[in-house]
Amino acid sequence: MNSKTTSSFTRRLALSAVGAAAALALAGPAIAQANKTVVGVAIPSATHGFTGGIVYWANQAKKDLEKAHPGLQVIVKTAGGAPEQANQLQDLVTVNKINALVIFPFESAALTKPVAQVKAKGVYVTVVDRGLTDTSAQDAYVAGDNTAFGKIPAEYIAKALNGKGNVVAMRGIATTLDNERMDAFNAVLKNHPDIKLLDAKYANWNRDDAFKVMQDYLTRFPQIDAVWAADDDMAVGVLKAIEQAKRKDIKLVFGGAGAKGMIKTLADGSNPLIQANVSYSPKFIYDSIKLTAEARIKGEKLPATTIIPSVLITKENAKSFYFPDSPF
Amino acid sequence: MPQVPAENASTAAAAAATAVPGAGRHGGATAWWGKLHGLGPVIGLVLLCIAGTLLNSNFATYDNVMNVLTRTAFIGIIAVGMCFVIISGGIDLSVGSMAALIAGSVILFMNAMAPVLGSPMAAVVVGMLLAVVLGAVFGLVHGLLITKGRIEPFIVTLGTLGIFRAYLTYFSNGGAITLENDLSDIYSPVYYANLLGVPIPVWIFLLVAVIGGVILNRTAYGRYVQAIGSNEQVAQYAAVDVHKIKILTYMLLGVCVGIATLLYVPRLGSASPTTGLLWELEAIAAVIVGGTVLKGGAGSITGTVVGAILLSVISNILNLTSIISVYLNAAVQGFVIIAVAFMQRGKR
Repeated sequence: MNSKTTSSFTRRLALSAVGAAAALALAGPAIAQANKTVVGVAIPSATHGFTGGIVYWANQAKKDLEKAHPGLQVIVKTAGGAPEQANQLQDLVTVNKINALVIFPFESAALTKPVAQVKAKGVYVTVVDRGLTDTSAQDAYVAGDNTAFGKIPAEYIAKALNGKGNVVAMRGIATTLDNERMDAFNAVLKNHPDIKLLDAKYANWNRDDAFKVMQDYLTRFPQIDAVWAADDDMAVGVLKAIEQAKRKDIKLVFGGAGAKGMIKTLADGSNPLIQANVSYSPKFIYDSIKLTAEARIKGEKLPATTIIPSVLITKENAKSFYFPDSPF
Repeated sequence: MPQVPAENASTAAAAAATAVPGAGRHGGATAWWGKLHGLGPVIGLVLLCIAGTLLNSNFATYDNVMNVLTRTAFIGIIAVGMCFVIISGGIDLSVGSMAALIAGSVILFMNAMAPVLGSPMAAVVVGMLLAVVLGAVFGLVHGLLITKGRIEPFIVTLGTLGIFRAYLTYFSNGGAITLENDLSDIYSPVYYANLLGVPIPVWIFLLVAVIGGVILNRTAYGRYVQAIGSNEQVAQYAAVDVHKIKILTYMLLGVCVGIATLLYVPRLGSASPTTGLLWELEAIAAVIVGGTVLKGGAGSITGTVVGAILLSVISNILNLTSIISVYLNAAVQGFVIIAVAFMQRGKR
């Protein structure tokens, strides 16, 4: 979307990556606490790896921020569906008296009205990742970079194959987010006419489905040079299928999102097929809560849109993307 | 509840079936026509295989056939147990969550026990036993709640569907539970090894199906299951211990889920909250496509096995071709399931 805020944010993110805890400890006492800030956080409950990571990082943010800013309260609510999340919003406003809300909407359309009502009551609203259908219902929007999520693997694969070879892709679940990634991937491949995308099927961000789809790709195509699995969970299934078929033609499996197992494999260099990854960490909920809370404490506003950059992870920088305690 | 429409539909279908030969093209065709109905899933499978071969020459290769059979093993084994439960007039919606929870528990158990027992091999073997025992225990709980607790099977297993998966998610913190590498190396042959050129899961699937068929058709227990399904009260008057038979049926299914999990764990060496999602529907679909009536009373293990294979073949063909929009995969599966059910609608 917009790239102006991206570069400044990259710097901030890099800083916080160096020593988030240290930075917080220093910054904490420096800020005068005038009014009590209560931040409500509404996120989907942990039902798979990625949302498991979201819940972990939201609780981590609560812990770090409340320690760093006395007088700040962060309330984390997880919901199993859109109606439940809408109910939680009402509770956060009426019972918990929040003055800022960070929401990862369960569904875009269904939550637009409830969020608008929260904003109408004077609560500062930051929407994360899944955008609302009406942007006037929010004060700020923070999201992962889905275009880079598709573009970076395509560029890496094209370079690794010297611009020539056969590629298969595995998509997630049919959603606009998935389309954005696939479109970005295809756009890069257009510049490399000798790279052939043999097929792109849905494997639902699921290990089992990816295993089956990969088995069938291997049956169908005698020569595959690289696989874009578009998520580390799917990459696990892909690797197993390749191993079972004892195929030697595949040179590269590119997952995505930086799951800790894959980042470890990358850092250790223990699998020659895993050479790179692209970040799309659930940690962005941590960053969103931190940005919102710190801005509100100072009475400031966030930029209208902040894109958390997706960056290329290789063996060299893998260490700074490895969070062994996170479930994802 | 699907029971009511299913009952109506099959009564209507039965009426239609008697009407068709009456209007007869040739008188002696009745027996032939009756046989054809039962062959619905087999005909469906043969047609699909022909279509698959025409669409992609790699479809009929030995490796592809073995891939499909191996991946069918999980659902197929669960479907054999499900067949008993459905014949007895019950249902189990929890099998997918149950498989996931068993897989997660077994992995955690193996990881924890390997250092205690001092031998990874022992940890794997004890863990495998645990999978089957856990399945039997979960089945026992279902059976007791349904019989002694007098709660509808639909409700009991709808409840445990949520409970099992929530506990797995809790144990895994929303992420994945992964088997340690040395254990994984020992355990993986259970899924990946071959015996006489046929993968182990296929052998176990075959074994479970044969034993299931023998129990259903050649034992007193099997006859009681069918009797209870066709009329529970009559069975009770005939001195059948209905509660005991029903509890055993849910335990049998639980054991099948345990066995399926044994084969599932070594494949990827991990369990996550998305493991086994919608397996219950796949297993029930395999049983129903295979000619077993949802309201109970009669059914066949052979049909169930064919039904399970048929469902995997559809997704295999869809993966081997790219002529249909990927958005429509689920629709193709739905059309084939309905078409096969239609071919055998007059069975009873």
